[in-house]
Amino acid sequence: MIRVVDLHKAFRGQQVLKGVNLELETGKITTIIGGSGCGKTVLLKHLNALLLPDRGSVLVDGMDITRIGAGALNDVRQKFGVLFQGAALLDSMTIFDNVAFPLREKTKLSESEIQQRAEERLDQVGLAGMGYKYPAEVSGGMKKRAGLARALVMEPEIVLFDEPTTGLDPLLGKSIHELIRKVHAAFGFTGVIVSHDIPEVFHISDRVAMLANGVITEAAVTPEFVESKNPIVRQFLRAETEGPLAVI
Amino acid sequence: MISLIAQIGRTTLGQLTGMGRMFLFLLAAFAWVFRPPQRLRLILYHIRTIGVDSLSVVILAGVFTGMVMGLQGYYSLRKFNAESFLGSAVALGLLRELGPVLSAFMVTGRTGSAMAAEIGSMRVTEQIDALYSMAINPVQYLVSPRIIAGLLSMPLLTAIFDVVGIFGAYLIGVGLLGVSSGSYFAGMESSVVFQDVWSGLLKSLSFGLIITWVCCYNGFHASPSATGVGEATTQSVVLCFVLILVWDYFMTSVML
Repeated sequence: MIRVVDLHKAFRGQQVLKGVNLELETGKITTIIGGSGCGKTVLLKHLNALLLPDRGSVLVDGMDITRIGAGALNDVRQKFGVLFQGAALLDSMTIFDNVAFPLREKTKLSESEIQQRAEERLDQVGLAGMGYKYPAEVSGGMKKRAGLARALVMEPEIVLFDEPTTGLDPLLGKSIHELIRKVHAAFGFTGVIVSHDIPEVFHISDRVAMLANGVITEAAVTPEFVESKNPIVRQFLRAETEGPLAVI
Repeated sequence: MISLIAQIGRTTLGQLTGMGRMFLFLLAAFAWVFRPPQRLRLILYHIRTIGVDSLSVVILAGVFTGMVMGLQGYYSLRKFNAESFLGSAVALGLLRELGPVLSAFMVTGRTGSAMAAEIGSMRVTEQIDALYSMAINPVQYLVSPRIIAGLLSMPLLTAIFDVVGIFGAYLIGVGLLGVSSGSYFAGMESSVVFQDVWSGLLKSLSFGLIITWVCCYNGFHASPSATGVGEATTQSVVLCFVLILVWDYFMTSVML
């Protein structure tokens, strides 16, 4: 269970998060939606302390990760896998080496075991036989798949997805969603997705939370969220330019 | 008037804070060298990129610097009928000053800028965040091996620069202008002492630290944009050049 309590964050005087409270249930996929630049990625990066809040806390299994030392934070981070917006593959390495990288760094597995596990993950994301290529040589969709394989290779308890379908065509986007659903069924991790891909992303989400004006304005199980009477949620889901949500 | 004083104060505090951050960054990089896992393969890789890959440009610069010194030195010394001192003039100039400084300039231009740009683009594309998220410290992975490689490579590159520079001056002075080969080397042997050699190598060691430290720091703290990477690269090169010259003066004044 991850709990975000009264999270505040400002950048150069601009208040982005103004007291976010959110609970992310274990084993479920929660999607965070919201307008561009509203702070979704900032919120996501607080969940594994890539950013530290100005005020508030993030509790992972009861431990406040905003107030722990570097060693303990490393232990907590090993519970996480992250799929970054641009996949963030290390471009000096092949795709196979990227996927094998966390295993080589953080486990004592033999090279043959590492090879087996990395190839297994590449196979699961549909990249079997593509491991020899460098990130610069593959498409955006393949990079996301490789990023997902790397995020899953340590079999994390929690996986964070930062806009997993941004920049992809609808077919590729759908295939990434199906892939997330498939690997979630296989691994049973707690998933947190930041996405604009509405309503497609709702098909793989157990819960949806909306971030607007620096706070969570609505959080509910997906069917309830879709039927929400909250005027901000309704305006956003219907893509209306008039309403309580300011369009910048 | 008060606003001007406040502005000066803010700027000074900003600069001091920046310097403090740079020193803390360096301390962290050194601290990570001694913590497992040891990154021997990465150190060797960066010795290749800093040392081996800079070799051609350092040799080229060394030969031509030596040739210019041979030419200028000969015509200057001839005014005093002292052509026989060409070897010692060239050797002392190269070993003490030009070898360490010019090879450091070459490495800054050839490798330091690339280092800042590479780490800066890793910042922009969230690769540094990815390392953090995999519980791998980016300072240990990206910075410490480069600093160690810089410390090991620069004295070797400087030694090579010195040797080819002396050879370049020999080509011009002895081969072209007719200075006796014996007096060229005899003058060098009589005037150069071991302190001249090690003071130059000590300088190059510190320049290796300056280049890798400054370039890694600026790349690591680049603003997350294409412009940010460009600025980090430019700042790195300019700051390296300035620091190399300032530190060179400081070391020379201490070691003379």
